[in-house]
Amino acid sequence: MLGNLIRDKGRSGRRGYTLPRPDVELVSPEDVIPERFLRRERPRLPEVDEPTVVRHYTNLSRRNWGIDTNFYPLGSCTMKHNPRANEVAAANSGFAGLHPLQPEEQVQGALQIMYELQGFLAEISGFPAVSLQPLAGAQGELTSILMIRDYFRDAGDTGRRVVLIPQTAHGTNPATAAMAGFEAREIGLDDRGCVDVEELRRMADESTAALMITNPNTCGVFERNMEEIAGILHSVGAFLYMDGANMNANMGRMRPADAGVDIMHFNLHKTFSTPHGGGGPGSGAIACSERLAPFRPDPVVERTGDAYRFVRPEKSIGRVATFHGNFGPMLRAWSYIRMHGPELREVTDLAVLNANYVRARLKGTYRLPYEGPCKHEVVVQPPKGMRALDIAKGLIDHGFHPPTIYFPLVVKEAMLIEPTETESKETLDDFVGAMLELAEAKPEELEEAPTRAPTRRLDEARAARRLKARW
Amino acid sequence: MARFTPHTEADIREMLEVIGVSSIDELFADVSPKFEGELDLPLALSEHEVLREAERLAGKNAAGLPVFLGAGAYDRITPAAVGQIISRGEFMTSYTPYQPEVSQGHLQAIFEFQSVISELTGLEVSNASVYDAASAVAEAALMTARLTGREPKVAASAGLNPRYREVLETYGVEVAGLPFEGGATDFSSVPGDVSGVIVQSPNFFGIVEDVRAASEAAHESGALAVAVCDPVALAVLEPPGSLGADIAVGETQPLGVPLMFGGPYAGYMATRQRFVRQLPGRIAGETVDREGRLAYVLTLRAREQDIRRARANSNICTNQALTALAATIYAALMGPEGLREVAELSISKAHYLSGRLGEAGFALRYPEAPFLWEFAVEMPDVKRANAALLERGIVGGLDLGDGAMLVAVTEKRTKEELDAFVEVVANAG
Repeated sequence: MLGNLIRDKGRSGRRGYTLPRPDVELVSPEDVIPERFLRRERPRLPEVDEPTVVRHYTNLSRRNWGIDTNFYPLGSCTMKHNPRANEVAAANSGFAGLHPLQPEEQVQGALQIMYELQGFLAEISGFPAVSLQPLAGAQGELTSILMIRDYFRDAGDTGRRVVLIPQTAHGTNPATAAMAGFEAREIGLDDRGCVDVEELRRMADESTAALMITNPNTCGVFERNMEEIAGILHSVGAFLYMDGANMNANMGRMRPADAGVDIMHFNLHKTFSTPHGGGGPGSGAIACSERLAPFRPDPVVERTGDAYRFVRPEKSIGRVATFHGNFGPMLRAWSYIRMHGPELREVTDLAVLNANYVRARLKGTYRLPYEGPCKHEVVVQPPKGMRALDIAKGLIDHGFHPPTIYFPLVVKEAMLIEPTETESKETLDDFVGAMLELAEAKPEELEEAPTRAPTRRLDEARAARRLKARW
Repeated sequence: MARFTPHTEADIREMLEVIGVSSIDELFADVSPKFEGELDLPLALSEHEVLREAERLAGKNAAGLPVFLGAGAYDRITPAAVGQIISRGEFMTSYTPYQPEVSQGHLQAIFEFQSVISELTGLEVSNASVYDAASAVAEAALMTARLTGREPKVAASAGLNPRYREVLETYGVEVAGLPFEGGATDFSSVPGDVSGVIVQSPNFFGIVEDVRAASEAAHESGALAVAVCDPVALAVLEPPGSLGADIAVGETQPLGVPLMFGGPYAGYMATRQRFVRQLPGRIAGETVDREGRLAYVLTLRAREQDIRRARANSNICTNQALTALAATIYAALMGPEGLREVAELSISKAHYLSGRLGEAGFALRYPEAPFLWEFAVEMPDVKRANAALLERGIVGGLDLGDGAMLVAVTEKRTKEELDAFVEVVANAG
């Protein structure tokens, strides 16, 4: 089918935008740049008018679902409602128009927001030190592990080459460890879905740099032996890192620092409500102990009297981003935390309530690999003989975005459901109703689903086999 | 009770009953150690109060003034339609398109973004964006190591934005220095053991570099060439793909994305088809659905960390889909002519300003070097000049710390602002 892309809707000579009339003498590139450096052929960009652009992308948006349009219980992604006030704050030209290299005295308001947010995250996590620079959760992980690497280098402890990673970790964790130059070694689970403490005891030794734990883990289960795990690692001189992607389940109920964690990252966009934008922007702030604080990325914000300034921590790993980090999500997180205050705990309470309610209602029809209670998400398995993929596609016909499927990897046919606190009991009841109905469906009927979405099931293998990634 | 949750007391009671517990506390019985206190955070404010506080803090920033700072982020004109379209909830509040049947909007937009980047860079394939330019440079360097089988080590000069260089080093990439003279890099002495040669054009000082010379030097050393390019400059400069570069990377912020104090921005990465399996991050590809209708899906997933775990190309997971969408819409509204006009207007105004500064007795640091819209100008006291500019409501250029100011001029600057700039710095001495 031709004519579907924005470029196909153009015609030579059409324009979508008019620039201000030149108010100085025009200088053409040929006048100032040697010819061998100049472009000979125009890029084949669209030639379209504004109405066409607006209609094209508006129609594309109608082929897309978001939280604003559909319940979106995608496990491990925390797809909660994004307060609109955050967007109003971020649109303020006093922030949106600020250049990152303006001198500190010109950006005191922005620095105050960063400073206050550092303090809020310190309080929520229990740690003394924070850095807001990492640009996404995965970069927060990398930053944390690089800090641990540099800590050992600085201490002259050169034998630490292993990072232990439970089977319930996010896929980014082993990739992060490898990127930082460590060998990632998997560690098994006990029958409750928690890190196998005995196995950890056997594996942890002087070659261990860290364990990367997620709590609650990706099975939706709270890691009950946190202090013991931290103790084992500390006894061999290693660190406990916590993947904080699931902090929505912890706020006001558990502080990682109290449990012996040494360093963690937040997903500011998940827990503190920046719209996920189709997969970014995110923001992956980190929080850590005094021991690791000198290794934080450059810069962090400090306050002297009434003035805020950027400071490079003493033994900084260096920069992980061109500028200070994703200020937009920081501002939204600040706004969200200011609107909740200490009542953030209720966010966690209701997120956990919702997940357990879905769990209780699905119990008996769907299989539950782990005993309850779960935390803010619940992993279920379809009835015997049914595939998670088919249930997921069937949910689309009921108007629900499917949960995460085939993750966590340790659970066969896993469906990871994260309702979040912003969904009502009625929405959950409708969702559960659809899930129960689909459990009764004939597998061959479900294979046809979805039938009411913008497209039917896709030939995903063909996309890889005959790669076409541009017009 | 928090205001973004719909639960009534009755709802909570009914739900607890279905779960079979008597209180929410029981759902946390397995949590240890528990946090029993109250979070020491400022008391909750209403929406109105928070917005008033945000407004007050925004007022403490010197924002909305004419800006002559560049060095990686540019104050360009953004068409109104860009912000309007990306604010649609279906785009803004969706997630990574794991379920392609209900994510066709973003998937097609990503496909269009990749196409725009391929067109501008002259390379066959692009990813769906990465965090920012610095991370794109670092990922490209790691990619050269995988492709050459060498340790991650790149050759680069002082023409590379120092912040990109810092991120390279943080990511564990060794940087071998190349000579930098007269504003341009000398590529005649690339070491034999590097995995990549990095050329930024226009470079940190705004000067157009010889990408072809960099590519040839790289290939002679058995390394790959990475070109770092401002996408707006590619409207007028020969694309790196035509000059032998193997990978092109850069920042999409100049394509209609607000300055926002440094982020969110988006980095781009493009390369040759034969290297696609070493490209990190997401890629959207074309396919068909069961009825043969054209559709888009994330593809070549086997490179990624959710499948390949420790053996993935990178840990990069989320891309910057919303920012990439903004850049795509910007490119569509501007088109090839509009983008060229943005470049020409910027060149015209920058050269007008550099000429006026010359008349006022200020020397360009690299008078012989070809530049587009950013240049270094000698100035005895940059701090004083910038203070005087701020008094006139102008944000001056970047203090290079060695008696020069790096000045960026975009199409957004007016003649009046340029004249005021000259007048103020001339009087500030």
